[in-house]
Amino acid sequence: MMLGLRQSDLAQRVSISPSYLNLIEHNRRKIGGKLLVDIAEVLGVEPSLLTEGAEATLLSSLREAGADQSNPIAELDRVEEFAGRFPGWAEVLMRNHARIVTLERHVQTLSDRVTHDPQLASSLHEMLSTAAAIRSTADILVDNKDLDESWLDRFHRNLNEDAQRLAESSRELVSFLDENNAQAGGPGLPADEVDRFLSDNGYHFATLETDEETVLEVIENAPQLQSQAARQMAQRLLVQYVNDARFMPLEEMLAAVAEFGVQPDRIQARFGGRIQQVLRRLAWLPEDRLGQEVGLLMCDASGAILLHKPIGGFSAPKFGAACPLWPVYQALGQPHVPLHHVFRQHHGRGDATLESFSYAWQAGEAGFERDPQLRAAMVLVAAPETTKAPIDLGVTCRLCDAERCTARREPSILREGF
Amino acid sequence: MWEQFREGLSPMSRHVVLVEDEPNITEAIRFLLTRDGWEVDTHADGASATAVIQSAQPDLVILDLMLPGKDGLEIVRELRDCETMQALPILMLTARGQMKDRERAEKAGVTRFMTKPFSNREVLTAVRDLHAQANQIEANR
Repeated sequence: MMLGLRQSDLAQRVSISPSYLNLIEHNRRKIGGKLLVDIAEVLGVEPSLLTEGAEATLLSSLREAGADQSNPIAELDRVEEFAGRFPGWAEVLMRNHARIVTLERHVQTLSDRVTHDPQLASSLHEMLSTAAAIRSTADILVDNKDLDESWLDRFHRNLNEDAQRLAESSRELVSFLDENNAQAGGPGLPADEVDRFLSDNGYHFATLETDEETVLEVIENAPQLQSQAARQMAQRLLVQYVNDARFMPLEEMLAAVAEFGVQPDRIQARFGGRIQQVLRRLAWLPEDRLGQEVGLLMCDASGAILLHKPIGGFSAPKFGAACPLWPVYQALGQPHVPLHHVFRQHHGRGDATLESFSYAWQAGEAGFERDPQLRAAMVLVAAPETTKAPIDLGVTCRLCDAERCTARREPSILREGF
Repeated sequence: MWEQFREGLSPMSRHVVLVEDEPNITEAIRFLLTRDGWEVDTHADGASATAVIQSAQPDLVILDLMLPGKDGLEIVRELRDCETMQALPILMLTARGQMKDRERAEKAGVTRFMTKPFSNREVLTAVRDLHAQANQIEANR
C-alpha cells in the first residue's frame, strides 16, 4: 500500500472488508468499475495504475501461451488488443495455459520416476530375475522327464524358493507404487502447493512472529499443503523464517526499514547477522505495514528458482530457463559480493524500473572432499526516481526482443519491439 | 586345408563363463548348457568378473546387466579394451528391455541380448548361434 495508509483503513473508506481488499491486492479477485475508482481516489493515483500489475501478469501469460505453440501464432503482437476486447476469454486462456504447464510437469515427473527411479528399477530387476529363474527351472522339469532324483529335488526346492521370493517382491513393488500414488495425488506439484501456501498467507506468518503457533502447527493447519513433499519443503522454509525472525524481530525490523528504506547493508549493520538473512527477512515482512512491495527470488547454482515472491514489473518464466542477465545470476558468479542493480525487464507496456539487491553465499559445509553449494537471493523493490540509468533484461529468450544481446540462447518469437 | 587352420584355434572347444548373481538362474543355465556339451564356469560378483573371464579365456560369455559390485556394461567395456577379448561373443541378460539400455550396451560392445524372463530354448538358440558365428569368423580369417 502506498501513503503509509493501513490496509484496514483503506478497506473501511471504500466500504469493503479488509480480507476482500487483501484478495484484490494479490490479484485473486477482479477489481473494476466504481470500486477501482474509489480506491484510486483514496490513494490519490490514476485508476489505471492499480490494474497494471494484474494486466502485466495476464499479458505475459498470454504471450507465453502463444509462444509455446510449435509455430508461434501470427497475432502474437496483438495480445493487448485481445486481452482488452475479450478479458473473460483471455483469463480462461491464461488459466488453462497455467494448468497445461502444471500437468506437463507432472507427466514429466512421473515418467522420470518410472525410467530413473533406482528403487523401482532394482525392484523390477529382482522380480524379472526371479521369474526368469522360475521359467528356466520349470522348462527343465518339463523337458527332461528322465532327471535323476537328486536333480529333481534340487529343482523343486529352487522352484519353491523362487515362487516365495516372487510373491514377496511383487507385494513390495505394489506397496511402493501405492505409496507413490498417494504422494503424487492432490492438486499439483509440491512446489506449486508451497507457492500457493505462501501467497495465500501474503508471505507473512504473524502467529510465528509472536510464537502463538509452532512451525508444525502452521503446516498442519494449511489446507494448501496436501503432499508430504510440500509439507517438508514448507517446514524447511518456515524453520528458516523463525530463525531469521528471532534475529530481526518484526517491530525493530519495520523501524529499521522506516529509517533507512530497503537498504540491506544498513539494516545488516544494525542487527548483525548475514546478508542473506536480511534479504530473506525483508521479503517476509507484511507489505501493508511496510508500505511497499518487496519481491524475492532465490536460486541454486544450477539457476533453478527455489522461491519466487512476485513483485509488479518482474516476471519469471513458469517453465524452462530464465534470462541469464538477471542480477541474481550475476551474484552466483561473484559469491559473497553484494550487488546492487537498477533494471527494467522487457515486459510489454509500461515496464517498471526496479532496484535489486543480490547476494550469493555458500550453503552448508564445504571441505576438501566436498564442494561448496552456492545459493543466491535477490530482493526486488520499485526503484526511486533518482537512481542511475537502468540496465535491460528479459524474462526468457523466447519472449524477449532485445537486439544484439550477447546472452541470447535462442531466437525470440516476437516479431516486433515493445 | 580348413582343418589345418582350425586345429590351432581349437574351434570345437565349448567353454562358457556365466556371470549372474541369481543362484537359481545360474543353476538352471548351467544344467542346460552342460547337457548341450558345454563346459560351464559360473561367477556371481561383478567387481572381479573381468579378471575371472580374462584368465579363463572362454569361447563365450553370458553376463547379467545388473551385478553386485560392478555394472555389466562396465565389464563389457573392460573386456573390449583387452586385445585378446575383442572378438569374444558376449550374450547379455537384461531385465530391462528399454531401448536406452540396449543402445548403451551395443555401443559398449555387446554381441547379443536376451531379456528376462527368457525361455531355455531362447538361451540354447542364442548360445549356439553365437558360437557358430564366432567359428565362422575365425574360419574365414
